Amino acid sequence: MTAQILDRHLHIKAIDAFIDPSVPRERAIITHGHADHARSGHGAVLATPDTIAIMKTRYGEDCAGQFQALGFGVPLPIDDVTITFFPAGHVLGSAQVLIEHRGQRVVVSGDYKRLADRTSQPFELVECDLLVTEATFGLPVFQHPHPQLEIRRLLKSAADNPERSHLVGAYALGKAQRVIGLLRDAGWERPIYLHGAMIRLCELYQELGVDLGDLRPATGMVKAEMAGQIVIAPPSAIRDRWSRRFPDPVVCQASGWMSVKQRARQALVELPLVISDHCDWGELLQTIGDTKAETVWVTHGREDALVYWCRTQGLDAEPLNIQGFEDDGGEGVE
Amino acid sequence: MKRFAQLLELLALTPSRNRKLAALTQYFRETPDPDRGYALAVLTGALTFRNVKPALLRETVLREVDETLFAMSYDYVGDLGETIALIWPHHGETGDLPSLTDLIELFNTTSKSDLPKLIAALLTRAEINERWALVKLATGALRIGVSARLAKTALAEMSGKDLQEIEEVWHGLRVPYLDLFAWLDGKAERPDIDHAARFHPLMLSNPINEEKDLGKLDPKDFSAEWKWDGIRVQLVLGEGTASLFSRTGDDIANAFPDIVENVHGQAVLDGELLVGKNFEAASFNDLQQRLNKKVASTKHLKDSPAFIRVYDMLFDGREDIRTLPWTERRKRLEAWLAANPQTRLDISPILPFGGWEDLAQQRREGAESHGHEGVMLKLRTSPYVPGRLKGYWFKWKRDPNVVDAVLMYAQRGHGKRSSFYSDYTFGVWKGNEIVPIGKAYFGFTDEELKMLDKWIRANTIQAFGPVREVKKELVFEVAFDSAQESARHKSGVALRFPRINRIRWDKPASEAGTLEDMAVFVAAS
Repeated sequence: MTAQILDRHLHIKAIDAFIDPSVPRERAIITHGHADHARSGHGAVLATPDTIAIMKTRYGEDCAGQFQALGFGVPLPIDDVTITFFPAGHVLGSAQVLIEHRGQRVVVSGDYKRLADRTSQPFELVECDLLVTEATFGLPVFQHPHPQLEIRRLLKSAADNPERSHLVGAYALGKAQRVIGLLRDAGWERPIYLHGAMIRLCELYQELGVDLGDLRPATGMVKAEMAGQIVIAPPSAIRDRWSRRFPDPVVCQASGWMSVKQRARQALVELPLVISDHCDWGELLQTIGDTKAETVWVTHGREDALVYWCRTQGLDAEPLNIQGFEDDGGEGVE
Repeated sequence: MKRFAQLLELLALTPSRNRKLAALTQYFRETPDPDRGYALAVLTGALTFRNVKPALLRETVLREVDETLFAMSYDYVGDLGETIALIWPHHGETGDLPSLTDLIELFNTTSKSDLPKLIAALLTRAEINERWALVKLATGALRIGVSARLAKTALAEMSGKDLQEIEEVWHGLRVPYLDLFAWLDGKAERPDIDHAARFHPLMLSNPINEEKDLGKLDPKDFSAEWKWDGIRVQLVLGEGTASLFSRTGDDIANAFPDIVENVHGQAVLDGELLVGKNFEAASFNDLQQRLNKKVASTKHLKDSPAFIRVYDMLFDGREDIRTLPWTERRKRLEAWLAANPQTRLDISPILPFGGWEDLAQQRREGAESHGHEGVMLKLRTSPYVPGRLKGYWFKWKRDPNVVDAVLMYAQRGHGKRSSFYSDYTFGVWKGNEIVPIGKAYFGFTDEELKMLDKWIRANTIQAFGPVREVKKELVFEVAFDSAQESARHKSGVALRFPRINRIRWDKPASEAGTLEDMAVFVAAS
């Protein structure tokens, strides 16, 4: 089956709109706020209210010519095409895009995860004919452990090393808030300290109704007082000069990539925490099956393996090599 | 096993040497015999299993996992053991695994046909970190940044004994080292080893820095020899016995019966193993043919007889002479050879020289006319000390040959570099096409590696699994020790020790070297 309504550049020709374009476009539909999906400079942006708030916080109020907010589950007819957003469970506001056209149903998943996460609207399954799925962790070696088990390892290390601070590398959007939420759920009631780059988005999450508890800036604290504390910072800062202000920090990183020990070693991460905002291999396969899609386009990650698997299941599957999303060896934005 | 898995993980992930050392010391202190002895064997690479091999693990996994998906995963992860640990699809009730000792016993006693079932059951039962440790144990490739030396240093820390003393007895010991630990715990005497009849760690040299070192060194304090292009060996001659060890202490006597069956006398000798008739050294390529065989073939024994060019003596008869100065040891060696005439040993001659400049010239001429690798400098007063102590022995290698070659293919590295294209095939012009002449890993800064990686991704013509063919546009300055004719390469040329000197971002591919340029190097070697 060829899907006429959407081409391989995720361009909906009938309404001249691109989904998550990597260059400025007249009309863009944005699935979520991560930098490799949401860029500034588009003419008009259609996204969920939370995603719009995130884009404005990151790039400024005027990062697009105009914004149109569309809530989850509300069909938006444009000519003979209907667009509907469904929660993708990836980060706050993240959406899957359902495109309906003359009886054909196409879903562009954006990034998604199926595991419950109280910092994001829960994933909803949408049946479709063509599924455009991400494949960030599209290899059978990715079998994510339960995130609460990983948080327990962090808490154990904090208890075992009371003289050291724990510096957790996490992306500022989504992962940071998720880790904080998991820590709170595991009973960590002390203040959690933030690198400057984390603060605005954590505040935004709290404004949007996600409770993250007592958060404080890490900058300006007395070194000795940071012993035994947990600090969240961007991955780039945890091994940089910035980290020298903490007493003998244990370098941690929260990422699905951390399951590969050689990668953790390479990144000089002492305590890898396998906490991912994407589906693991099993969840990807499950989702492809659940949507009942007969055609699957695979993008964002290790397309080859997922395409191969789909074909062994008798599905019509192809990789999309969208420019700007070339496999960067795995350390990309999560 | 749980405790050992925790130790391995900590060692793999802790960048600090001191913290690794502390963890090892604590482990050896707290873990009972024989578990700690087996752990020590695993860490020092002293343990091998007859039937548990990487291929067996792979086969076990491929009964459960699609082969193509496994290959893609391995390409991504870059480490076979880790791929197996991560991809194993069955997770039953986790429970305690057998102790390290029991596990090793199981690996050694289970029949070959039952091993896949055993391994599958263990993998299913293990928690993820134990699964990783289990596979590491079974494949033997740890890659956790712990050297045998560090493990021994931990033993020294634990016991207060001198590291040197531990090194001394090490090669006479047997897994699981009960007598070693008894001694380290102060419960027994130092293990009794027949010092004259075992491998002794080798004395190694440091590369000389022409600018920094030569000015400070007095030529009169040093003796010079050619640097021979073979492999370093230690010949241990007991009463009617002969053992031959590689530089790492592996017994290679089976591959060289022509040596061990034809040497006489009692001594421990240090030298270079070479092949060739009448003590005329043939190319390293010929030696390589023999090294590839665990047991020598009749043809090899006839066409490429082996001999050892001896240059030092550790034991004279049963007498340990390692503390004597080099000049004394040399005299002993010459006297011993005179008293014990040999057909498979000759002595590395002393190279007389006037001063550094004179030696530099001899070194240059030796490289040009005889293909010598360089010269060795030995401090006349130096004792024979294991390891790479500064100031005693220096190697002064010939200037490398250099060619500008064009990058053709790039492949992802393994292990730490598995996310980068860090393994390169390059070539030179043959008429209008580029033909490959060699392959090398990247040897430079992370920054350059990243730039190169980016260039490769942006200039890929086509990909074959992990290999990318790139536009023939980027020039590397490639250094190599020598070039040889090779029937295996399309270009007909093979480089010895190629390494990438630098990336010539500035140089157009049209100005890269040609096959005719290479012919000159081949003729010179």
